[in-house]
Amino acid sequence: MPGRQTGGDSSGGDAQHAAWREAYERSELRDVPFETMSGVPVEAVYGQPPYPGQYPYTRGVYASMYRSRLWTMRMFAGFGTPSDTNARFKELLRAGGTGLSTAFDMPTLMGRDSDSDWALGEVGRAGVAVDTLLDMADLFADIDLSAVSTSMTVNGPAPVLLAMYVALADQNGVARRDLAGTIQNDILKEYQAQKEYIFPPRPSVRLITDMIAFTTADMPRWHPVSISGYHIREAGSTAAQELAFTLANGFAYVEAAIAAGLAVDDFAPRLSFFFNCHIDFFEEIGKLRAARRIWARWMKERFGARDERSLLCRFHTQTAGVSLTARQPENNIARVAIQALAAALAGTQSLHTDAHDEALALPSERAARIALRTQQIVAHETGVTNVGDPLGGSDFVEAMTDEMERQAEEIFAHLLELGDGSVIEGVYEAIENGYFVGQIADSAYRFERDINAGRRIVVGVNRFTEGNDERADDLLRVDPSVEEHQRARLARAKRDRDARAVAESLRRVALEAADPATNLMPVLIDAARAHATEGEIVGALESVFGTYVEKTVV
Amino acid sequence: MPHRPAIRIVLAKLGLDGHDRGLKVVARILRDAGMEVIYLGLRQSAESVVAAVEQEDAHAVGLSLHNASHLTLAPRMVGALAAAAIDAPVIVGGIIPDDDADELRRAGVAAVLGPGASADEVVRAVRDAVAGRS
Amino acid sequence: MRAESIEELLAGAPSGERRVVGRLISIVERDGDGAEEIAEWAHARSGRAHIVGITGAPGAGKSTLVGGLLAVWAKAGRRPAVLAVDPTSPLTGGAILGDRVRMDSVATGAFVRSMATRGHRGGLALAVPGAVRVLDAAGFDPVVVETTGVGQVEVDIVGAADTTVLVVAAGWGDAVQASKAGLLEVADLFVVNKADRHGAHDARRDLDLMLDLGRVSGHEDRRGHRPEIVMTTSTTGHGVEGVASAIDEHRRHLVESGERARAYHRRIALEVRDRAQALLVTRVAKLLSSEDGRVALDAAERRAMTPAAAARAVAARIIAAPDRTSPEHDRS
Repeated sequence: MPGRQTGGDSSGGDAQHAAWREAYERSELRDVPFETMSGVPVEAVYGQPPYPGQYPYTRGVYASMYRSRLWTMRMFAGFGTPSDTNARFKELLRAGGTGLSTAFDMPTLMGRDSDSDWALGEVGRAGVAVDTLLDMADLFADIDLSAVSTSMTVNGPAPVLLAMYVALADQNGVARRDLAGTIQNDILKEYQAQKEYIFPPRPSVRLITDMIAFTTADMPRWHPVSISGYHIREAGSTAAQELAFTLANGFAYVEAAIAAGLAVDDFAPRLSFFFNCHIDFFEEIGKLRAARRIWARWMKERFGARDERSLLCRFHTQTAGVSLTARQPENNIARVAIQALAAALAGTQSLHTDAHDEALALPSERAARIALRTQQIVAHETGVTNVGDPLGGSDFVEAMTDEMERQAEEIFAHLLELGDGSVIEGVYEAIENGYFVGQIADSAYRFERDINAGRRIVVGVNRFTEGNDERADDLLRVDPSVEEHQRARLARAKRDRDARAVAESLRRVALEAADPATNLMPVLIDAARAHATEGEIVGALESVFGTYVEKTVV
Repeated sequence: MPHRPAIRIVLAKLGLDGHDRGLKVVARILRDAGMEVIYLGLRQSAESVVAAVEQEDAHAVGLSLHNASHLTLAPRMVGALAAAAIDAPVIVGGIIPDDDADELRRAGVAAVLGPGASADEVVRAVRDAVAGRS
Repeated sequence: MRAESIEELLAGAPSGERRVVGRLISIVERDGDGAEEIAEWAHARSGRAHIVGITGAPGAGKSTLVGGLLAVWAKAGRRPAVLAVDPTSPLTGGAILGDRVRMDSVATGAFVRSMATRGHRGGLALAVPGAVRVLDAAGFDPVVVETTGVGQVEVDIVGAADTTVLVVAAGWGDAVQASKAGLLEVADLFVVNKADRHGAHDARRDLDLMLDLGRVSGHEDRRGHRPEIVMTTSTTGHGVEGVASAIDEHRRHLVESGERARAYHRRIALEVRDRAQALLVTRVAKLLSSEDGRVALDAAERRAMTPAAAARAVAARIIAAPDRTSPEHDRS
């Protein structure tokens, strides 16, 4: 039995190895040689059980890991008008892509229309503007929605955009059950870190359980929540805080969905995660391994999940935007490469690599291409994809994994205490009393002071600063006329629709929002179909739910 | 007993962008340099900042901008202060390309701090901007 | 703009012009040139505003409550102002003043001013009444003073208001803490926030119990009424209107019972005491660094005099020779 270089296996270990071998042999493998560049054959896994694909999945979610399928190389697109982004999508599809990842502009992310005062200067800037069903239709014009997988990065107004997407599919004659994709829809981390909230926490979570219930029944290929630690880390948390807050949010959604009457194994397999991969190599690997172990244990032991797929913490990873420096930006290519390697060694299911100029502006096309090439080099040249969890068994890596888990469990205990035994109540309370933002701000400030005091070296920032005077060039500029164009489009859309039908649909949205027992998705889809704008639908919900204002300061 | 009043500065994010990590760190840096920081936080408008500066009789305004809307929002802030006859310098921090920083300075922004500005640079920029006005 | 004369500023103040009022408060707070003139102007015009002190532990929900009250008052056509006091960092003298975050001064038209606990000539005890009087004179009503109520100075400040509101959060043992800080005795109205949480009824019961004890010990007699307890949920705004009407109710009670005049009397007495003490503190410091002071110190050091006798000698000189220059205006 090659591959088990370390001795001392019990007979239980032998049984686990046999089970792993069986699962591995059932898997389809990529047609590449699994050997070093010098021709030394390598095993699919080394070390001790439990192996990849075995509970509690510390070593990976699949037996054959990247031997069957590399991680998905997902890159984000979205800018300007829906037609601009549609052209980019078609280009990606022609180049062989199957996954479309949509970035929306700030007004869309905040539920505001392009003609709102708040939108001034922000329309089509950091992503694409979507105001009505017409924009959604332009965004996906000439694209077969049953043949692609769509990822939408949006949280506060997520149900409204999902409603527009479903309304578009209905209009195009595509069955809802054939729609595949993901919507980020992770509102709890917005109150903790990214701050793109609209309504207060409780009604927002109700919208999420409505979406989970709706997709479970009607859209079985859709992932209704991507539970995201990425933004928590970007806001300045430590690795363990990112891990703990994210998983706690995941437990909170599970509690909420169960409380709404759903069976855990009906929806849990479609929950997915999104983590940051920062620059401290082994800590990050420990964090990601710990995430899988904790999720599996809690899902099994606390929530009674029986379906194995409910136990798997499958995650997308993005390299740390916050680790990129504005000074000597080319150095960021090296940072991204190291972070991408850590994510691969930790067994990520998909990966976004940051462009090196992101500390200066939106990524230029050239920088985005280098970023993609970076992960292709990790995937195809380094050989790390030949072996599942290649670092497993290293005392250091196992110790980091245990330490991350220990710190996370401490935070869970605190939240459970705050919530009187309920994770979601603890999370609500910790949002309200400023625990999350306070912890994150403390960590961010400590990190900043370490850099200022020179205790922590950042190359090109506080050491090795020769060459800092060079000016960056070649940055992406968004055409400012996009805003005017989009406003004019919205004015036309408003003129051409049936105003009475819009008013009636909005009245019904408000009416049903007031009744917590109603699933809001059908009435939201009706409003989208009537060409109510995103801002109008959000406004109708706000009239019932209220608007959240952050109460905690620094 | 000599008594020099502390610098009072209003810190805010204009527009919809929610990245407040930088603003929070800057708030602490300025507090630790002995300033009184009036923290307005997220989703402020030029109007709400002007109201705060007037009521708080602040010496300066610090804005954090991360969403490529700085060329619209920062000059708007400068204009709103001027329209209210307030002589308080505006200091901008965030992701600002060099060319844009030049343009902002031409539009009347007193100082532009890029990502990675040290605590000393932040404090000095505020002190210099305030000293330049009084 | 900073060069505007005091006369020009005072001309703009009655209309409540934000920039002018903001400037006047700064001058009074820092005791700068013209402070005396502004104080005279303000004192002559003050006395109309209802002064509401709001206090409670950090995180109890004070600022959110104030934000809600501003909206209620604005809807009723009133012109409220808030003085929000936040702690100064003891290490650096700087402060992060964040209470405005919960108060929408644009939508409500309210005047909101933040104040650090330190950095004023004469201390917080003098800075707050000075600023409140400017707001009162500029036509704002009601004027809210919000503090965390830690420390005797802060308790004195909110206790001197016409209506003192104590906010406690359910389930955090705030009531017990407040009782230790002496806040129960000064409160005219209690707000139990986070009423949706369990522990809210316990907090209410604890307060009722302590008020019963207060009746036994005679506090209630001195106050002349039994304070109301209002339940709120600041996250939803539930109960805020009840707080507003309880404040109005208390105001009516104060006027009808003559208690408002007594509150005013207490406030003036407290402020005169504080100011007199501040003057004396300055005089003592000045005298000790003068020739006469050095003689007394020297005598005590040589054991020719006891420290107590030296102190009596210093005090005697101050009483005998009144200082003609106001030490408040001695800026160097």
